[in-house]
Amino acid sequence: MDIFLQQIINGLVQGSIYALVALGYTMVYGIMGLINFAHGEVVMIGTLVTITVAGLLIKVGMPVALAGLAGLIAAILCCMALGWGLERIAYRPLRNAPRLTPLITAIGMSIVLQNLAMIIWGRNYLTFPPLLPKMDFEFAGANFTLVQVVIVLVSAATMGGLLFLVYRTKLGMAMRATSQNPAVASLMGVNINRVIAAAFVIGSALGAVAGVMVGTYYEIAHYQMGFMLGLKAFTAAVLGGIGNLAGAMLGGVLLGLIEALGAGYIGDLTGGFLGSHYQDIFAFVVLIVVLMFKPSGLFGEKTGDRA
Amino acid sequence: MSKWLNPRSAFGIALIAAALIALPFVAAMGGQAWVRILNFAILYVFLALGLNIVVGFAGLLDLGYIAFYAVGAYTYALLASPHFGLHWPFWTILPIGAVIACFFGVLLGSPTLKLRGDYLAIVTLGFGEIVRIFMNNLNAPVNITNGPQGITLIDPVAIGGFKFSGTTQILGYSLSGPQKYYFLLVALAILVIIINLRLQNSRIGRAWQAIREDEIAAKAVGINTRNLKLLAFAMGASFGGVAGGVFSAMQGFVSPESFSLIESIMILAMVVLGGMGHIPGVILGAVLLSILPEVLRYGVGPLQMAVFGKMLIDPESLRMLIFGLALVLVMRFKPAGLWPSPERKRELQGDA
Amino acid sequence: MADMLLEARAVAKHFGGVKALRDVSLGIQRGEIYGLIGPNGAGKTTFFNCMTGLYIPDGGGFTFDGAPLLADAPHQAAERGIARTFQNIRLFGNMTALENVMVGRHVRTKAGVFGAMLQNAATRDEEAAIRQKAIDLLHYVRIEDRADDLAKNLSYGDQRRLEIARALATEPKLLCLDEPAAGMNATETEELRDLIDGIRRDGTTILLIEHDVKLVMGLCDRVAVLDYGALVIEDVPAVVQKDQRVIEAYLGA
Repeated sequence: MDIFLQQIINGLVQGSIYALVALGYTMVYGIMGLINFAHGEVVMIGTLVTITVAGLLIKVGMPVALAGLAGLIAAILCCMALGWGLERIAYRPLRNAPRLTPLITAIGMSIVLQNLAMIIWGRNYLTFPPLLPKMDFEFAGANFTLVQVVIVLVSAATMGGLLFLVYRTKLGMAMRATSQNPAVASLMGVNINRVIAAAFVIGSALGAVAGVMVGTYYEIAHYQMGFMLGLKAFTAAVLGGIGNLAGAMLGGVLLGLIEALGAGYIGDLTGGFLGSHYQDIFAFVVLIVVLMFKPSGLFGEKTGDRA
Repeated sequence: MSKWLNPRSAFGIALIAAALIALPFVAAMGGQAWVRILNFAILYVFLALGLNIVVGFAGLLDLGYIAFYAVGAYTYALLASPHFGLHWPFWTILPIGAVIACFFGVLLGSPTLKLRGDYLAIVTLGFGEIVRIFMNNLNAPVNITNGPQGITLIDPVAIGGFKFSGTTQILGYSLSGPQKYYFLLVALAILVIIINLRLQNSRIGRAWQAIREDEIAAKAVGINTRNLKLLAFAMGASFGGVAGGVFSAMQGFVSPESFSLIESIMILAMVVLGGMGHIPGVILGAVLLSILPEVLRYGVGPLQMAVFGKMLIDPESLRMLIFGLALVLVMRFKPAGLWPSPERKRELQGDA
Repeated sequence: MADMLLEARAVAKHFGGVKALRDVSLGIQRGEIYGLIGPNGAGKTTFFNCMTGLYIPDGGGFTFDGAPLLADAPHQAAERGIARTFQNIRLFGNMTALENVMVGRHVRTKAGVFGAMLQNAATRDEEAAIRQKAIDLLHYVRIEDRADDLAKNLSYGDQRRLEIARALATEPKLLCLDEPAAGMNATETEELRDLIDGIRRDGTTILLIEHDVKLVMGLCDRVAVLDYGALVIEDVPAVVQKDQRVIEAYLGA
């Protein structure tokens, strides 16, 4: 029983990170129908920027908590600028291009960002400075750390903020209108360019927060870390129904839980034939099964053919 | 077929044939490594044209194409290596690999082809990862794939007594192993080009284009869109399987590392960057994207030395950086690809 | 009972709470031009989509040519002999006019992948026959001089004609035209009228959904009127025209 609870906690933590990254994919997809493959790289850069900034500040004697906060803010600012730049330079000129063109651009940008990161930060694993004190809690036979608590709380607060932004502000209304019908929204006076840029900037800021959380959780970082994380998060977004904010959040948490429980129990389920190194396939197997029965994802709108 | 008799086309074909025959000998002047690079370029032409049936003709976004290549490669590796002690002949295994890959294509395609484009992309991507992870881990408790170490000592291609590995003397010329494989690959590539061309201008090819243009209208004129999509998927998978078998034999070694997601993405990039659906464009895309990283590999280091007098940036990452930038720039300035089909060009101008 | 080609029995369809079709029953006789009219949103196109398999009806069903019509697969409707055009023209825009019609031959031909790869005699003959039939059909709708133009570059009227040619390529027993005169001027409508009449004389039954009441009344043998998803009347034009309920439906009383 305690393994079960333990895996639930682990899954919830991993799932909150997926959810934050998935939001970045789903916002951009919802508004312009683009799979922004480079989003995972934005997250990676968020982590690495924090390492540099917080590490430097700690070295010059700044209190750890303050240095961590500065690192987080630096990461958010860097990623926002990066997201804005990506949209402005790489994607905006391709608005009317064939469907696959921006996808290849996104892949190209992902390669560029990865290798830029490698040139700047090197090809070795970097240690992430411990920003939070090491504290363990015990609950019904399961252990969890302060880091895990903070990750779940911060991501819940961030997502709450996003929902407020999207459903209670003018910018949010413009974003929702654009995702429904860009042409009509623009006729109604919505500045489409601004809305799309905002989706990239906000998504990247969420990615930066996720990046700092990943770094804090695993305590290491690497220029290739964004790729698999991005893939999983995108899977989570599709699982929830891409373009749907709540879907991305629930899809992320669900994916985290499925992976954690799957890794914990796969050995028992298959009589030891398959081990926990199959963890990475759960995401995809679940995705394929869900889409077979719910082709628009768990919470996606049904998009029927129209005559 | 009368246009083949036209003296100008005949001359053009003779010229291309002469160039194709001379190429491996010219490349060999720079070392056998360049012949191998050339061989991979042709293997990628084969793969890209296989994927072109799926993406270019039927309009299905497949990001897990490498999985079928992997299935073909492992089929060959397992049936022609000391791993299981089996040494079946090349020409028997190649069709088996194609059929197994085709089977996997249908297995994946039949439940998922009703999904809309981008969902299909992520499902195929997931499938590619599943296949790779299984290959990485199916070494215990029963050792099937030998895990991350991969399978070694795979038999080279042999037709009758003629072996494609090692050097042979033919008519007083000495042909190296890679050079012999080159001619085998060119023959296969020509075959797949002819199949692509014939499919494109057929009843099936028109139906695929109709589905791409307007699926509802296609259904209304009686096209069974589901079966035709599945057909495209299965055909693309079979080509992937054949390419995998050849790869296995040529390398003598396979491991899961060769079948990562980036390979799928690379092949898709070849198709789109060259000019989706346009056969000459796809060939150009495959050749450019497979040769460019190699040229950069040999060129970036010396160039830095010449300009700055020292190595400022790790050549490996600089090479990939330039490669990524090239993708972005080509898409920025040639959104329909480097060599799009005439219709596609018109299509774009119409939208602008 | 006359020789019925298509019979609809109590066809019902709702979207959420909206009842788009309420138990519509009607019958189309072999060889006639049958008009289906009604105000905007009366359920004409929904009826059409149910019949051609784009929607699955929530109740009732269709009998076509003596056998039930399976409602779940649009491509089967064409196979059985029902062809259609669309209210907002749906051509294969980046294919030529000729290729559009050649695609229409798909359902009556059978060359497969292996035929295409081998290019054997049977495949080549079939391909030549497809091309010839398509050229003939372009002549039939009088746009043969636009054969090599991309469909999207044709004029509006020619696009309508091309869509009809593509539908005829499937050798339909029943040709369904969804508002073919929409957006046409008087001359074009007159030409369309002649074309439809000619198609019927050449032996194809026609279901015409139209807004242009004048065109329907002048051309159709029988007319059905839908309002709020229900059948109001089904009779010859002279009777329908004078029916009080029809007048009310159109005037919105």
